[in-house]
Amino acid sequence: MKNEIEIDWQKIDSIISKYDANHEALLMIMHDIGAIYNYVPRQVIPLLVERLGVKESLIYSVATFYKTISLTPRGKYIVSVCTGTACHVRGAEKIMGALEEKLNISEGQTTEDMLFTLDSVRCIGCCAAGPVVNVNKETHGGLDRSSVLEIINEYKRRAS
Amino acid sequence: MSRLENREALKKFRDAIKAGRQQSKKKLISLCAGSGCGAYGTAKVHQALTEELSRQNLQDQVEIKLSCCHGFCQKGPIMVIHPERIFYPQVKEAHVPELVEKTIKNGELADSLIFKEPGTKEKIVHEQDIPFYKLQQRVIFGNNSLIDPTNMEDYLAVGGYSALEKALFDMGSEQIIDQIKGSGLRGRGGGGFPTGIKWETCSRHEGRRYVICNADEGDPGAYMDRILLEGNPHCIIEGMIIGAIAIQSQEGYVYVRHEYPLAVTNLEIALKSAREKGLLGNNILGSGFDFDIQISRGGGAFVCGESTALMASLEGKPGRPRAKYVHTVAKGFRDGPSNLNNVETWANVPLIINKGADWYSQIGTKSSKGTKIFSLVGKVNNTGLVEVPMGTSLRKIIFDIGGGIPKNKKFKAVQTGGPSGGCIPEQFLDVGVDYDELLKLGSIMGSGGMIVMDQDTCMVDVARYFIEFLKEESCGQCNPCREGIKQMLEILTDICQGRGKEGDIELLEELGSMIQKFALCGLGTSAPNPVLTTILYFRDEYEAHIRDKKCPAGVCKTLFHYDIAEDLCTGCGLCKKKCPKEAITGEKKKPHKLSQDACIKCGICYEGCKFGAIVIK
Ligand SMILES: Cc1cc2nc3c(=O)[nH]c(=O)nc-3n(C[C@H](O)[C@H](O)[C@H](O)COP(=O)(O)O)c2cc1C
Ligand code: SF4
Ligand code: SF4
Ligand code: SF4
Ligand code: FES
Repeated sequence: MKNEIEIDWQKIDSIISKYDANHEALLMIMHDIGAIYNYVPRQVIPLLVERLGVKESLIYSVATFYKTISLTPRGKYIVSVCTGTACHVRGAEKIMGALEEKLNISEGQTTEDMLFTLDSVRCIGCCAAGPVVNVNKETHGGLDRSSVLEIINEYKRRAS
Repeated sequence: MSRLENREALKKFRDAIKAGRQQSKKKLISLCAGSGCGAYGTAKVHQALTEELSRQNLQDQVEIKLSCCHGFCQKGPIMVIHPERIFYPQVKEAHVPELVEKTIKNGELADSLIFKEPGTKEKIVHEQDIPFYKLQQRVIFGNNSLIDPTNMEDYLAVGGYSALEKALFDMGSEQIIDQIKGSGLRGRGGGGFPTGIKWETCSRHEGRRYVICNADEGDPGAYMDRILLEGNPHCIIEGMIIGAIAIQSQEGYVYVRHEYPLAVTNLEIALKSAREKGLLGNNILGSGFDFDIQISRGGGAFVCGESTALMASLEGKPGRPRAKYVHTVAKGFRDGPSNLNNVETWANVPLIINKGADWYSQIGTKSSKGTKIFSLVGKVNNTGLVEVPMGTSLRKIIFDIGGGIPKNKKFKAVQTGGPSGGCIPEQFLDVGVDYDELLKLGSIMGSGGMIVMDQDTCMVDVARYFIEFLKEESCGQCNPCREGIKQMLEILTDICQGRGKEGDIELLEELGSMIQKFALCGLGTSAPNPVLTTILYFRDEYEAHIRDKKCPAGVCKTLFHYDIAEDLCTGCGLCKKKCPKEAITGEKKKPHKLSQDACIKCGICYEGCKFGAIVIK
């Protein structure tokens, strides 16, 4: 099973403790867990229920409401194409198209080798450098069809 | 770092920093580390610079400051050498040895790297002489290049926390509120609500009161809040503490987008140093006043910028708005009286307290006071953050400061106010921008995004774009918004794909006014604005899509094709070389041909042809 991964329970525990197990911090706790695995593994939900004293249904509704949380496994590199207005008028769609073609997946999907997830984000505040693409925490600006493909090759190289 | 126990200690500390800096003989290189320049590669330039300075044994004579955003993001990475303020744009690693050798070592200019004004090609050496800066009034942004957001001493060196001193020791809650009211400051988050009145109302409600900063900045194309928070976090903190004194609150929150990691990091660092110095926490500067600030990270939901949704999100719930029968100033976060202001609103507060309401209210127009920071983006030469007095004309912002439209293309519209705003056409370029004037044109100020559109932007596509955005962002709990927006999107998609019918425009208008009337929150009530303003000002483009099945701007793929104008084509062969689909054929120096069957309309040839020979049909 893809989503039965090994969980570092100590790490999860220390994340929860960092926020004093405050139920108001649920979203941030899920962000931090997501930062480790690139998604929030379902196995951690019972622990969240227990430590934060919240209902399981709340966890699911929070996880589905906020786009920054994913309950399904995602690739090692999350490629987020900015589709904010400034990037849109500068051709973000063409960047997305080039990536879909290159990775052979559509927006929201993950490559079979679990290397790349293709995603969109609505403005990351680098509009002047638009169109921009975020790969995990790195931002690449001033892109066109060919330079964005270069970037993908670069990450492929890094991973191999 | 030891705690500052009283006002005198803060003053002494600040004076010592100032004196130390005045005596320092070091040259200061300010390298912009804002997110725009960062995306262009500041980190690499910084590394090269550090290495080159130590190679030349100059490290003790020069200080490098990784500073807050300089605003001119288009030209990033930006370097400014103080005290002369010599401005070098688009600095690359490879330029570093020359810059160090010439400007740092020998005090000469690196001629080939000097800034050239895009229109006139005139070379301009000093930051303060460049039209982009000269025509602004940077009362909030002015010190940016001197501030490293991770170093509190930089903020103190430019007089930081002196407004807090004044508010804590010379003024009471009422006096602070009077000053803010008198200044005429209105909220910079969109609605333009008078800040002083909000504070006053909140201070009159009983209960544990909260001070909240709205750094959700969901409006795509606007990024001034991000830059303020990541570039000058102490200014926001100072504003919030003053707000807390005014409404007598002990607890503050900054609600910031998860997508802004640098803002979170820099704010965390700033909060920590403010606490260590006794500017936050218990007994601030020995005054007996307690107040602290926490960060809450939201995530990828535009609607969470709305006040009631934001507070639900702060409580750890999904961010769905509620009806505002009771306002959040009475009953908001944890059911307590909650005062929410936008980042830029908070940034104005120390300024007003320092310089006084009278000074502040001289800037701007009758109904809108102070300056406004706009993010000037899209099809404009000088993209970046621009701070101008309220009332400055669109023309001045876009053409004089922004340098006009790239590649000599024609201006078509400017979009303000994000998904809740509208598109303003050329005939209104001389309107002075303030809350009320924009409203009259069917748009809004919003948070200050200004997206410039040229002849290659299709206005129907833009309307569709915003409606699609809003469809995804609608929280879905009320019908008019959820269903109405969905229907509008279907109609707009049909129009863009050549299935538009007579009557569609009227139907869009009808749906629009229904949603405006009946939606529950601001997202819904303002959602039709981008559609209604484009219909109002660009009806002919809608009609061309519907009647002639043509997209005049060449955006909607099924409604146009590219062709080569034989009389204009010189046969240079560039398009043939660049076409990814080998759709273009021809011999050198003879007019080329474009095969419609092979063409995927990627637009590479259109963008590339220097002779305007690729045309949209
Ligand atoms: C859908 C929607 C999104 C909003 N997004 C933001 C935002 O991102 N930032 C912001 O400051 N205000 C936003 N607002 C406005 C806030 O509700 C609120 O009016 C504002 O933060 C109050 O601060 P101010 O008075 O300083 O402007 C939004 C409003 C709506 C209806
Ligand atoms: S108007 Fe839209 S976003 Fe606002 S509450 Fe209704 S459905 Fe949600
Ligand atoms: S780039 Fe323009 S001028 Fe050159 S061959 Fe193509 S169409 Fe003709
Ligand atoms: S639009 Fe693209 S595919 Fe079509 S001819 Fe031009 S370069 Fe080739
Ligand atoms: S619109 Fe893409 S970064 Fe702002």
